[in-house]
Amino acid sequence: MSDDVKNNSNLKTNFRSVMLRPDLGAIVGVVLVFLFFFLVARDTGMFSLEGSMNWGIVSSQFIIIAVGACLLMIAGEFDLSVGSMIGFAGIVIAVTSVVWGWPVWLSIITAFVVSMAIGALIGYITVKTNLPSFIVSLAFLYILRGMTIFIAIISTKKTIIGGVTEAAENDWLAPIFGGEIFTGVFDWLGEQGMIQTFVAGTKAGQPVVSGIPMMMVWAIGLVVFAHFLLTKTRFGNWIYASGGDAQAARHIGVPVNRVKILMFVFTAFCATVFATTQVIEFGSASADRGILKEFEAIISVVIGGALLTGGYGSVIGAALGAVIFGVVQQGLFFIGVESSLFRVFLGVLLLLAVILNTHVRKLITGAK
Amino acid sequence: MSDKSIMELSNIHKSFGNVDALKGVSISIKKGECHCLLGDNGAGKSTLIKIMSGVHRPTSGEIKIEGRPIEISGPRDAINSGIATVYQDLALIPLMSVARNFWLGRELTKKIGPITVMDFEKCNSILMSEMDKIGIKLRDPSQSIGTLSGGERQTVAISRAVYFGAEILILDEPTSALGVYQTSNVLKTIERVREKGVAVVFISHNVSHALAVGDKFTVLSRGETLGTAKAGEINYEELQFMMSGNKELSELKDR
Repeated sequence: MSDDVKNNSNLKTNFRSVMLRPDLGAIVGVVLVFLFFFLVARDTGMFSLEGSMNWGIVSSQFIIIAVGACLLMIAGEFDLSVGSMIGFAGIVIAVTSVVWGWPVWLSIITAFVVSMAIGALIGYITVKTNLPSFIVSLAFLYILRGMTIFIAIISTKKTIIGGVTEAAENDWLAPIFGGEIFTGVFDWLGEQGMIQTFVAGTKAGQPVVSGIPMMMVWAIGLVVFAHFLLTKTRFGNWIYASGGDAQAARHIGVPVNRVKILMFVFTAFCATVFATTQVIEFGSASADRGILKEFEAIISVVIGGALLTGGYGSVIGAALGAVIFGVVQQGLFFIGVESSLFRVFLGVLLLLAVILNTHVRKLITGAK
Repeated sequence: MSDKSIMELSNIHKSFGNVDALKGVSISIKKGECHCLLGDNGAGKSTLIKIMSGVHRPTSGEIKIEGRPIEISGPRDAINSGIATVYQDLALIPLMSVARNFWLGRELTKKIGPITVMDFEKCNSILMSEMDKIGIKLRDPSQSIGTLSGGERQTVAISRAVYFGAEILILDEPTSALGVYQTSNVLKTIERVREKGVAVVFISHNVSHALAVGDKFTVLSRGETLGTAKAGEINYEELQFMMSGNKELSELKDR
């Protein structure tokens, strides 16, 4: 083979492997979305430190639940109970700490244990009955939401339980979900005049952004963890295999059921992280929190290039999908567009992403 | 070729409810021999290989490996006893890379501090040299299995089984979905594997593919063995005649 031909085929190979990156669509999408809002909303303060923190936090919320949904979808399953799980975990924390008077750290740990156990149950039922997880988790969407409202009503006669902020004072675990880090750095930047400070009111002199919220730290941490787990470890190989072809994976000795159940547990973990950060931040839990979150998570994952049928996808892609979500949702607010149009945009984006992914799948599997 | 059987099944019965899938099948497989198992659809071929690979347990009968009676309790147990099965369309996962497929379930790992990760460097270099040996030119180890042809996939699956120490290799219709050129490549691979001393059980309903590589031919019909013949003792027409349940189907072949 002459060098020219060789170079040409290398180039083709490289081009092909770039085209087949699962997260390519999301990367392009993020660039386009930023470009658009940079052109349209530059003057609105959207890209100031404060504005960036605004869409950054919203994106982080989407990322936290998208990461769980991503690994689960690659393992070949769905969890539609994520939104209900968020409401449920929040109420567990509020009822045990405010109504029953438990220390907040114990309430948080309890919420994690109970949610993850329910996640394991959903996974167990799915693999044992061989039913689509779509149906099993849909059942839990209703069961958990109903239980959440029931627990809130019988214990307080209300669906919103406040007073968590007071209960969480001096708690050691709560700041890990509701606090901020690098506050000293931001104070210093404020003093140096490098970032804006409040000019009046009780916070006069303090920087407008006082630190990096823990929600962002959790989002970044979960992305790093899940991406590493999926692409670098043996367990990650099993996640791909369980979703790619469960029967073939079983024949080769992969513990497919265990992998799937663990991914349901991880999804529940992510939902509880989301719930806990919200409860600590707002100081209250509401029984209707988290509605539609499961679909937002799934849409982020699909925009991130994962196949609905499992076996293929990317955590980075899902995170970028979540960023597209956050930037567009807040961006429309900044430019003063009616916020209901956000859902129209989402629907269109979802459709485009699925069409693109289906095409990519054909390229990879060589199917005509 | 030694005379000792590496795997021996005697008088195997298997019933599902009141359906008798196998009604006393006996077969003996020797090292370095390609034993073809022929039969029409529903003859009991798949039930028999599922028993050999630990997916089903026989209702009655005895399985011996190297002279010792054993019970195969599951697919993992079969693999540990040196029995590897390459299923027609369940061999590999198309969406995953060749490297991830090859090492699936037996991933090489290394430690980075306290964390165990896959050793992709080592996985990839062994894979590339194994693929080179069987004549598959990979552009890179991360290309997906889906980019390979059907024949190449079978070849990868076979070489994976042999690399991981299979002594008895069961091939479930490896050539049935392939074109002529790809079939000849797979048959060449079977030849190479047999020369290494691996016992090959080749399941097929294609008599000419079987005759091309087989040392022995056992014909199954309605859950029973009609007999075993050595290469040279039997010809195409006779095999075809036995397989078709003594109907003159071979005459229709050239229609």
